[in-house]
Amino acid sequence: MTTATIATHDDHHDHGHPSGIQRWLFTTNHKDIGTMYMIFALIMFMVGGAMIMAVRAELFQPGLQLMKPEFFNQLIGVHALIMIFAALMPVATGLANWLIPMMIGAPDMALPRLNNWSFWLLPPAATLLVMPFILALFGIGTGAVATGWTLYAPLSVQGGMGVDFAIFAIHLLGISSILASINVVVTILNMRAPGMTLMKMPLFVWAWLITAFLLIATIPVLAGAVTMLLTDRHFDTHFFDAAGGGDPILFQHLFWFFGHPEVYILLLPIWGFMPHILSAFARKPIYGHKAQIYSFWAIGIMSVIVWAHHFFTVGMPLPALLYFMYSTMAISLPLAVLFFCWIATIWRGSMTFETPMLFALGFVILFGIGGLTGLVLADVAADAQYHHSYFVVAHFHYTLFAGGIMGAMAGVYFWLPKFTGHMYDEKLGKTHFWLTAISFNLTFIPQFFLGLAGMPRRIPDYALQFTEFNMISSIGAFSLGLSQLLFVYIIIKCARGGEKASDKVWEGAKGLEFTLTSPPPYHSFTVQPVMK
Amino acid sequence: MAYKKLFASWAGFAAIFSSGLAHAEYAWNFPEPVTPLALDTLHVHNEFMLISIAIFLVVLAIMIYSIFTHRKSKGHQPANFTGPSTKSQVLWTLVPFAMLLFIDFVVMGIPAYHSVVMMEDTKTDADMVLKVTGSQWKWQYEYPAEGIKFVSTLTTPEAQIYNKEAKGEHYLLDVDNHVVLPVNKKVRILLTSTDVIHTWWVPQFGAKRDAIPGFMRETWARIEKPGIYRGQCAELCGKGHGFMPIVVEAVSEADYKVWVAQQKAKQESAAASAEKQWSKDDLMKQGAEVYAKQCVVCHQANGQGLPPTFPALAGSKLINGPMLDAGGRLVKDGHLDRVMNGKPGTAMQAFKNTLSDAEIAAVVTFERNSFGNKMGDMVQPAQAKALR
Repeated sequence: MTTATIATHDDHHDHGHPSGIQRWLFTTNHKDIGTMYMIFALIMFMVGGAMIMAVRAELFQPGLQLMKPEFFNQLIGVHALIMIFAALMPVATGLANWLIPMMIGAPDMALPRLNNWSFWLLPPAATLLVMPFILALFGIGTGAVATGWTLYAPLSVQGGMGVDFAIFAIHLLGISSILASINVVVTILNMRAPGMTLMKMPLFVWAWLITAFLLIATIPVLAGAVTMLLTDRHFDTHFFDAAGGGDPILFQHLFWFFGHPEVYILLLPIWGFMPHILSAFARKPIYGHKAQIYSFWAIGIMSVIVWAHHFFTVGMPLPALLYFMYSTMAISLPLAVLFFCWIATIWRGSMTFETPMLFALGFVILFGIGGLTGLVLADVAADAQYHHSYFVVAHFHYTLFAGGIMGAMAGVYFWLPKFTGHMYDEKLGKTHFWLTAISFNLTFIPQFFLGLAGMPRRIPDYALQFTEFNMISSIGAFSLGLSQLLFVYIIIKCARGGEKASDKVWEGAKGLEFTLTSPPPYHSFTVQPVMK
Repeated sequence: MAYKKLFASWAGFAAIFSSGLAHAEYAWNFPEPVTPLALDTLHVHNEFMLISIAIFLVVLAIMIYSIFTHRKSKGHQPANFTGPSTKSQVLWTLVPFAMLLFIDFVVMGIPAYHSVVMMEDTKTDADMVLKVTGSQWKWQYEYPAEGIKFVSTLTTPEAQIYNKEAKGEHYLLDVDNHVVLPVNKKVRILLTSTDVIHTWWVPQFGAKRDAIPGFMRETWARIEKPGIYRGQCAELCGKGHGFMPIVVEAVSEADYKVWVAQQKAKQESAAASAEKQWSKDDLMKQGAEVYAKQCVVCHQANGQGLPPTFPALAGSKLINGPMLDAGGRLVKDGHLDRVMNGKPGTAMQAFKNTLSDAEIAAVVTFERNSFGNKMGDMVQPAQAKALR
């Protein structure tokens, strides 16, 4: 299907690159930036994980043991913000930086200096998120944002300075995402190899193109909402204050107009590369390439018209409730097409079960649970029971941990040998998968039952009837968190050396990136490959 | 092998339906419904879950079959298809799509429609109105037709929360004043809030609705079985969010009438007490009680507050300043004004809506003469009444 012309002398452009710390600070190379994104994501994943392990320790039994409710609220809010903006989005952007140029046969991203900026906005943003915790230790301020990641007004209007820090962090993260998205769009539309028509483009690239459009469309709305919040807090505006003619629900509409597509922003890149992995280890071509592209489009468009299903209990007119219920249910159709294509891709293949494949199969199954529990959440009347209960917490962790993070891990394991030039430790990788999958289920299955029994989310202490399930869930969470140390170890070990990876890495691997050496040359394609 | 984990995950789901067999301490499904709405919701939930589990199991079975059969170690040769090629194949790929369409919008969609319509119909045949107002962090209840009004707060002692005492049976789910409602009457529940968004949720009623400052929201309940039902606030509303329980006591209509009469008598005697002249000791004693119930969550037992969100009362300029001018009018932003009218944009609510004249007078007097504050003056309930 593809022919790549590999430069025999791969580094003839490699002259006068900065080295040492300058290489990383000033780099415009898509691979260096991709690596930095992924390392940043991994560090923040561990930070966000540590926070929620503290929360689970508090929830291990009823009563307040370790922390005050204020601090508990800060931990849950910052955990979510970090996991979404500083772990999941950067890992997807890191993979995009590494893979998009290699997959479309380009030497680099289209706007390399912009690329450097989009990364270097992240560390200050993460610092802004976490700094209030440290300032509070020195008696400055009241700690981080304590409103949950949704920052609902009016609670966020009366919150401490942690809210301001979060607002500025969101601004920086948003600018970073928009810059990265512009880069992705421009790269994909302009720098494809001759012969690579849009319909021939790899699914990962397609998924990222739609993700980038979604980001460009929705991040400004979030930025606007938090800016309005900022002016309500400090400049006497009343956007969200009914007494001054505003409306607290307006904030929810603005927030979720971004917040719902955000779910797909997090997941689309993962759905994009999942068929690559399934097809490689089934040694079979991807099933329904076109159908998946159309489904991405359908999901992308539908994601911006169903936002209000996140706050059914706020009280809406009946027609609005019905509209948001039925439109939400409709998303299950394109999503089912994706599932169908994933399963048809492995069907009648010749499968082997290396770590990326295990993560990919685990992803399909566990994300399926997330999707199906989402279907029942669409029902307005039943949603009144699930909403803001632990049922929802379990549901979105099945989509965002099993669907997002375990999916991202599948991608990392799949391309790690390509990135580093070394094979990772397969035995440890499989151990990591089983530890993650089992402890993940141990953590979140009990939370479904907690929610059904009526335990609200975001409470630091709970009634006695919820004790047993919380204990099980906490044990699961501790082992889930600790298992990830193994992941860090595997990556470091792989980066430092190990069995040499071949160019193709996997027997069934396809795609332009596997025509390059492992690791690929500094400028991926010095001679543009031609697609036939 | 994959199947172990798979088994673990679907077994968990299947367990939702084995509530009858389950260990008593574990709850696998919604608590027993006591209103038509909750019953309907439970049915819809069960139906949806059953369908979801069926879909999940079918897909899982296909995957497991494939994972075991189509593996390289068994020498299975890969096929090469990339999509449906013949007409009948196209038709077959459309079958799951059509089935899902049918399930979404007919099998699930129609019952879902009926329950939404039922949930939203708060007015038809309503027998009475209950008004609920959320405040950080307590609930105020009002029976407009009966003229009854009271505040309901958590009674679980702090010693239990901080593990210094054994926890009671209804740990975190006990309040001082129960909401009493008659059984088999459609109660229209109106909700609002004084500060941030709260959510009034009693799982056994199938009713959950946000209480939003400046807006009125509504839901309803027709409780079919006498008993005591407990719930909690469900929207993050600050540090006291986990400590805002709801307790509803459903009684027979006769008992309800007795209760209404009692409440009315109580309120009348409170109103009468506003007319008499109170001694400072009485005001201090009553004030300490009100403070412990209404103010302590924010301003703390020692009056130190949690600055900067909740200012200290000890040594406060506001408290150690004038509250009434020479003509007996409220000093703007003075102590009494702040207690009665609150401070917009902060957690400090207007207590004139919540507390009686006597309670306001008492708590203001208490605050002016406690925590090291030595103003020495007092407010009489009659003064508070005059200022409303």
